[in-house]
Amino acid sequence: MTAPRDKFGRPVVVVTGMGIMTSLGTGKADNWAKLVAGESGIRTITRFPIDGLKTTMAGTVDFIDVDPFSSTGLSERMAELVTQEALEQAGIGAKADFPGPLFLAVAPVEVEWPQRRELGRAVGKLDFTYDDLLRISGGGKYSAYHHRFMFGSVAAHLAETFGTKGSPISLSTACASGATSIQLGVEAIRRGETDAALCVATDGTVNPEALVRFSLLSALSTQNDPPQAASRPFSKNRDGFVMAEGAGALVLESYEAAVARGAKILGVIAGCGELTDSFHRTRSSPDGKPIIGCMNKTLADAGMTPDQIDHINAHGTATPENDKMEFNTTSAVFGELAQKIPVTSNKSMVGHTISAAGAVEAIFSLLTLEHQRIPPTINYDNPDPTILFDVVGNKARDARVTAVMSNSFGFGGQNASLILTREPA
Amino acid sequence: MTETASKPGQTEVWITGIGLATSLGEGLDANWTALQEKRINVDDKGFAPYVVHPLMPVSFDSQIPKKGDQRQMEAWQRIGTYAAGLALDSAGIKGNKDILSKIDMVVAAGGGERDLNVDCGVLTAEAKGANAPGFLNERLMSDLRPTLFLAQLSNLLAGNIAIVHGLGGTSRTFMGEEVAGADAARIALSRIASGESDIALVGGSHNGERKDLLVLYEFGDFNLQDKFAPVWARKDHAGFALGSAGAFLVLESRAHAEARGAKPFAKLSSVVADLAKRKQPGDMAATLETLWAKLPRREGKAAIITGATGAEPATSEERSFLKSHADLPVRATGTMFGHTMETQFPLGIALAALSISRGALFPPNDSTGTEIEMQGAPTQIVVVGAGHWRGEGMALVEAVS
Repeated sequence: MTAPRDKFGRPVVVVTGMGIMTSLGTGKADNWAKLVAGESGIRTITRFPIDGLKTTMAGTVDFIDVDPFSSTGLSERMAELVTQEALEQAGIGAKADFPGPLFLAVAPVEVEWPQRRELGRAVGKLDFTYDDLLRISGGGKYSAYHHRFMFGSVAAHLAETFGTKGSPISLSTACASGATSIQLGVEAIRRGETDAALCVATDGTVNPEALVRFSLLSALSTQNDPPQAASRPFSKNRDGFVMAEGAGALVLESYEAAVARGAKILGVIAGCGELTDSFHRTRSSPDGKPIIGCMNKTLADAGMTPDQIDHINAHGTATPENDKMEFNTTSAVFGELAQKIPVTSNKSMVGHTISAAGAVEAIFSLLTLEHQRIPPTINYDNPDPTILFDVVGNKARDARVTAVMSNSFGFGGQNASLILTREPA
Repeated sequence: MTETASKPGQTEVWITGIGLATSLGEGLDANWTALQEKRINVDDKGFAPYVVHPLMPVSFDSQIPKKGDQRQMEAWQRIGTYAAGLALDSAGIKGNKDILSKIDMVVAAGGGERDLNVDCGVLTAEAKGANAPGFLNERLMSDLRPTLFLAQLSNLLAGNIAIVHGLGGTSRTFMGEEVAGADAARIALSRIASGESDIALVGGSHNGERKDLLVLYEFGDFNLQDKFAPVWARKDHAGFALGSAGAFLVLESRAHAEARGAKPFAKLSSVVADLAKRKQPGDMAATLETLWAKLPRREGKAAIITGATGAEPATSEERSFLKSHADLPVRATGTMFGHTMETQFPLGIALAALSISRGALFPPNDSTGTEIEMQGAPTQIVVVGAGHWRGEGMALVEAVS
């Protein structure tokens, strides 16, 4: 019997439900099977023309119906489906009556090109200005677009559908958003404000402009052919990340509440940490101190030491800078252990699900704990000799895994880490 | 219901810094003076027929000294980074590396500021027949400035604040229009009250002088047109006038503030928020009433500062809620500052704290009689923030005893 409180006297926070969707497919079973088999979800984009683009592949989710289609609509639909899966597993509350708040990591929302083009066509002139667009926007014809493109629209929809309590929070900490949504849930439970929290992260933003934006920052891989080989974390010939879509949902509960209702405990969120990097908008401080501090804060929050971590689910974007920085900072924190702890990057297969990544990878980490099997980092044929991680290359590896550190680093100096364990410490 | 209130045994949270850059001016004195003089700064020509409250020009150099930093931002980020700097100055912690290295930032942000020339260039070319499959891709690849993306990302307001002012603690960005501002204050307050955090920078910024935003709100017919009127006088001519503003607060545990000799403007006692269904008339008013009941109000001279937008039906719902509290003087910030979306709630808290610290509520500015004079110094001000579409928040700001 484990104590319901951690060594700091706070309620232990456990996971009792998980739902996931990535370019590999729908649900935990399908995703896990493909992940450990080393399958890639990256494919040539068919959703829109790719002419003129430097990067023509992505980890798109093209297998669910979204009507009318928009990136925000896709994000919403994925979030809804993964939440359903998580709630079904958790068996918590009643239909449309989740007993706690919602923390949603979601990509920033804006009017998209199909709607902008519709407006442009409706002007009915060959030459026009923004004022002409503005003049025809009112009158109720486009009121659905107002509702769709409110930043809070996805969270409001989920809150109503699943009956979460209070004001749902929509958050963005760039590529760390998924981890932040979990952190907010953990904190709310630890403060005793709630016994349960629904943490969801979703990103369906593979659209022409989003792709171009990342492309213009030289962040994306251009190894388009074959697309499955584009994402090459820790490889010498890595050249950027691959945009991808996906969503993850976790039901968090206090250990006490979960046990009281006889719920199956899937794992423990033992620690969370974050630290801001004020060096540059897109680059990490060259000394790595904010990332080092982030990992150290997370260990301290979990009350653990580096030797207790036996697997790292890396941020591992496959950008030249990230992977090197991640090795250097991990080495600073873990010392020689950084070369012994098995490390993997799920992004080699599912791509970078941006706002969703922190939650998607936390779920894969929990599945790793459950199956005692570490998914591979595929496309690892040409290891970067300066990155001395024990990369789980190309083939899944059975291993004794008791505690996983999952890292997320994002634009705007956002760093967040989580430590997940099988049992309460 | 989500609520944050200082419970017995929990830490008292003080407001020790306020930074304001608005359509009325920059800094506390300029804004306070304008409120006393009932000045309103509206532009009904530049975006006609729409009315906006433009930012009173500021010298960005004084808070954002590097031109390179200014160039990396769009207006909404510059306004916010500027106001955040004013708040740090106001709290006396600008440049204080010990404190800035641990400060927790919670920012309420929109984003997405667009390059209108690029958008119109694509649309007019398509109107003239450009229809090659890769046309949009090619134009975007050649016409978008690479750094524009960073000026559009919601979390890059916080990112810019961290870079420009040297903040190295934590950084979270909440989105979701008006209530994001309430949630930012709610989470920061709960973290300090529970001892998770000692000090936080909370706020938001908004550029109301944006045609892309006017288009978005025009989809829902929310923009005030043709003629300015106080928020309460728009019933037959509904809408909000977008406003430009940055409003940031430094929140701090009493112990942390006292240890460094910082003086409070006021204390932030409680922030609550909810999401009314708004399916039936009365839903939103009922939610506001429930939130009101959650506030730990005490005996004393009280007032209400609301971010009521002037848009319908939300403003009528709020008016009916206010009727049951008609003994309290009310002020609508939307009349004076315009509607600054995510920023309206932090702005309301800022004006509440300022009123308490200056010993008087600012005068009414209303032709309908909804706003009445207040005699004497307020000791409690309830800040109300109901979104034009969704989300309701409320805060209690009190005099430090």
